[in-house]
Amino acid sequence: MGNVSLKPLNALLGAEPRVDSIGAVTISENVGIALASLATRRGQADRVAAVAKGMGLDLPGPGRASLSAQYAALWLGPDQWLIMAAGDADQDIAGALEATFGPAASITEQTGGWVCLDVTGPGLPALFERLCAIDTAAIKPGHGTRTVIEHLGCYVICIGAEQFRVFGPRSSAGSLHHALTTAAQAIA
Amino acid sequence: MRVAGGQIDRGQTLRFSFDGKTYPGHPGDTLASALLANDIRLMGRSFKYHRPRGPIAAGSEEPNAIVELRSGARREPNTRATTAELFDGLVARSQNRWPSLKFDAMAVNDLLSPFLAAGFYYKTFMWPKAFWEKLYEPIIRRAAGLGRASLQADPDSYDKGFLHCDLLVIGAGPAGLAAALTAGRAGARVILADEDFALGGRLNAETFGVGEHIGADWAQATVAELATMPHVRLMPRTTVVGAFDHGIYSAVERVSDHLPEPLPGKPRQILWRIYSKRALLCAGAIERPIAFANNDRPGVMLAGALRSFANRWAVVPGQRVAVFTNNDDGLRTATDLAAKGINVVAVVDVRDGGALVPGIRHLKGAVVTDTSGRLGLTGITVRLANGQNEQIGCDVLGVSGGWNPNVALTSHHRSRPVWDDGVVGFGPGPGGPVGLGVAGAAMGAFSTAAALRTGAAGAVAALAELGITARAEVPQAEDGPVNITPFWHVPGKGRAWVDLQNDVTVKDIVLAKQENFVAVEHLKRYTTLGMATDQGKTSNVTGLAIMAELTGKTIAETGTTIYRPPYTPVAMGAFAGRSVGSEFRPVRLTPSHKWATEQGAVFVEVGMWLRAQWFPKPGETGWRQSVDRETLATRASVGICDVTTLGKIDVQGTDAGAFLDRVYANTFSTLAVGKVRYGLMLREDGMVMDDGTTARLGAHHYVMTTTTANAVPVFRHLEFCRQCLWPDLDVQLISTTEAWAQYSVAGPNARKLLEKLVDQDISDAAFPYMACGHISIGGLRARLFRISFSGELAYEVAVPTRYGDGLIRALMAAGAEFGAVAYGTETLGVLRVEKGHAAGNELNGTTSALTLGLGKMVSKKKDAIGVVLSGREGMNTPDALRLVGFRPVDPAQPLAAGSHFIAAGQPADAAHDEGYMTSVVYSPHLGCSIGLGLLKAGHDRMSERLRMVNPLKDMETEVEVVSPHFVDPEGERLRG
Repeated sequence: MGNVSLKPLNALLGAEPRVDSIGAVTISENVGIALASLATRRGQADRVAAVAKGMGLDLPGPGRASLSAQYAALWLGPDQWLIMAAGDADQDIAGALEATFGPAASITEQTGGWVCLDVTGPGLPALFERLCAIDTAAIKPGHGTRTVIEHLGCYVICIGAEQFRVFGPRSSAGSLHHALTTAAQAIA
Repeated sequence: MRVAGGQIDRGQTLRFSFDGKTYPGHPGDTLASALLANDIRLMGRSFKYHRPRGPIAAGSEEPNAIVELRSGARREPNTRATTAELFDGLVARSQNRWPSLKFDAMAVNDLLSPFLAAGFYYKTFMWPKAFWEKLYEPIIRRAAGLGRASLQADPDSYDKGFLHCDLLVIGAGPAGLAAALTAGRAGARVILADEDFALGGRLNAETFGVGEHIGADWAQATVAELATMPHVRLMPRTTVVGAFDHGIYSAVERVSDHLPEPLPGKPRQILWRIYSKRALLCAGAIERPIAFANNDRPGVMLAGALRSFANRWAVVPGQRVAVFTNNDDGLRTATDLAAKGINVVAVVDVRDGGALVPGIRHLKGAVVTDTSGRLGLTGITVRLANGQNEQIGCDVLGVSGGWNPNVALTSHHRSRPVWDDGVVGFGPGPGGPVGLGVAGAAMGAFSTAAALRTGAAGAVAALAELGITARAEVPQAEDGPVNITPFWHVPGKGRAWVDLQNDVTVKDIVLAKQENFVAVEHLKRYTTLGMATDQGKTSNVTGLAIMAELTGKTIAETGTTIYRPPYTPVAMGAFAGRSVGSEFRPVRLTPSHKWATEQGAVFVEVGMWLRAQWFPKPGETGWRQSVDRETLATRASVGICDVTTLGKIDVQGTDAGAFLDRVYANTFSTLAVGKVRYGLMLREDGMVMDDGTTARLGAHHYVMTTTTANAVPVFRHLEFCRQCLWPDLDVQLISTTEAWAQYSVAGPNARKLLEKLVDQDISDAAFPYMACGHISIGGLRARLFRISFSGELAYEVAVPTRYGDGLIRALMAAGAEFGAVAYGTETLGVLRVEKGHAAGNELNGTTSALTLGLGKMVSKKKDAIGVVLSGREGMNTPDALRLVGFRPVDPAQPLAAGSHFIAAGQPADAAHDEGYMTSVVYSPHLGCSIGLGLLKAGHDRMSERLRMVNPLKDMETEVEVVSPHFVDPEGERLRG
């Protein structure tokens, strides 16, 4: 029987979350978000929406994210969302959601699949127009979508006028971080 | 020389060099205008004949003044002096000349011109064939070369970017400015892009008024108003180079080309992808010359370009100016220059009637038949209306053959321009890019008033389609009609140039006609007309008009070639963007990457993944030593390998089992919860697509694994099946490849090692072969699968990815007492070949289940993708290829993958080919090379001896056919 205690390693391979300030832009590795996908099973859409509402979560439509509750949600596809729980990436978010939704939904843990980079500062559209095809000049808080940044499939969510959240493939965290910092230098 | 006025800042002097000599210039100058101001008009040598050349144009259409800019690694050949913005310290050199621009030894080509006509290379350098690539082409390229590449890495960076707008206005002349202003005032999101560094187009080059203002001032005021609108983006120095689908345009912004080098961190250029709801092409028109003998001497220029140089840059390239025209616009050059106090010696006008230009010698019904001057124009020969010839001394000749609407972008979706007799030019044709309107001179609206009017109206119409109401409000401006008599070339002796950049003359077109290359596309290829870097902007229409004349057809009947992107040449760096060198593609790092780096692992690229290939130990001098050690240690005790890269797909839903039954050839709905099964996935055509194990974690929850290479294709395939084939099934899919760090722990001591870490009982009884389940490691949620790719007692253990680094360290620490080794992809390969497992080399798209020895896995009890077609007769012949093992008869002999099998005594050719070797490894276990291969009826040919032939490696080895299971064929070890 084990008596071992494994230590976590951040996606950008540092012991502490990475923070870079370039010009007016700050790029911070956010290691405190647990992720799971939520997909409704056949005929369970109303039930899933109702349970979500009970958690204070309005499941958003295409191109949108719900940011208000303890659980945030991003639309991924028809009847599928990314659920984001702030605070503790170690929590068994899938277990908790399975208990809440029961057989009405399929839940899959996604925490380890992604690196989260919070990008803050004024003039973020000028940064993101060098990175992805999203119309970031027209984006508003609560908008979020899947896009491609330097060949990497990413989620970009507008949290506030001066805050964007980027989820990218964890294995390519270094490449994504490089793309963001390079673009930040180009507009600095 | 400089004259008064112009839009240059005379308060500042910039120093630049051309061919090693330093000259002054001013901000606002181009390299061409600054050279002309210094009385330098010889700027290049022509491509083929090395004729002395000066600029004929003042913009991006320039065919002659092609130079190298900058020095060292930043040296850029083939740039146009007419668009190079002057900066202090600019270094420019002429090209295609030796030893100097004034004395070019290659000008001997000019004397040989009778032999160098169209088709010369095709006819001359035909034989012997082998000489073309090695001898003729290099010589010809050197002689006819353009600039020299620096052959060094570009030190600058290039960005890519994405923009969105309601209306993209291409070109900021009167039409474009009126359109942008109309749309901007209506509140629409507007992008106004122009290739020039000064917005205004011809308004900066002409003396017309607009409303109460001088044209250039109106342009400036309009730009100033647009600049106050936050929803309007002004993009000078930005060329829209291509029109693509769905309103997408690509544009190159020259961010730093006007600086000695980019500011730190800044790109040299940005390639923008512009998503427009509507676009309006306001690209103006390009003047065309008239062909006559020796019309290529420096000093012979387009009449409109002379006005540009005089009015915008306050430069006149000589003292005595003549004009040769077939239209009223050419007359403006005479009046504008005369107003600047320049001696205009004559206007040669091909037309008989009409009013005379007051105060200037206006020769009606006359043509220029020849010119004189070696390195620059000194005089012209004019044939007067009465048939007499007159020599007129002049050093500048402005030529106008009319204006061609600049319709290039309308052709990018293969729309053909349509001939317009009104303006004597090709206008935009039907079927251009959807959502692209055309306004101003680009649609044949040549007067300033018409440009303003159509620009504003174009914006109103485009926005109306978007539900945005805009009002067209334009100032008064000149509204002169187009008075032109079609006139293309002056017949006579001597070479009359049509395409100056590719040295195509009227004679070449005559020759093309003689040899029956009369279709415009043939004319183009045969003579190379319009195939230079300028894409024939000043030559195409003239060339085909001459062909029309020769064939007795109308120009409309003759038609025109079309334009393709890019509109002007684009640096390769701009297309590459940031994807250069080590940043060419992102990399994917496995959870154990940091640890493996600390161990000195050698990495290999597997797609975007970097996987450890082997882990060298001190004293090991070759990779084989490391791999042999890793292999033997794993079989003797225990080895650990990062297998995170294998695709993992979470399959859930009440129909998950039924879904898997349809995508796999074998059955999964019957798999017990807590068990794993090997699955074989076929393509629709019955060939094997992928394989892997799928674990059943719950009644409605499976986790499928795929090969590393097929992780994405299999996921895409499953989504297609789910969404399109069987939308009625209750199945949900999501990739979890990266969510779990997964390690293979293989070898006789695998269980003992894991028992030290896992909180649960994993004894053989509690966790038998092919079991799976949720476990925990020190309380952390984890997954365990008892599966084996090596043939050993083996497990795969998974933890949330961020603990992957911790787990590899814990596994290695716990394994120390067993002598555990980490192993990489090479050892992984040795272990699987020794065990006879198929992998990527065998799943090569041409193999069936039968071939791989897995025919029994194709269940006939149910239908699944590929099952029906895997029963095809042709795939089930007695001599079908079968997967078997191979050993060299002489164990000292090596084997080589890719080799083919030939029976003894038979010739080594395709007719006698019996199959091929797919995988070869050195087996330290057996002490020799072993291989897996596909052999005709191989399963029935055990112990047979064959020749393994590899002509590429000049290898031939006698091999024996054996079972593919070299190690533990009974499978006792993995059940241990």
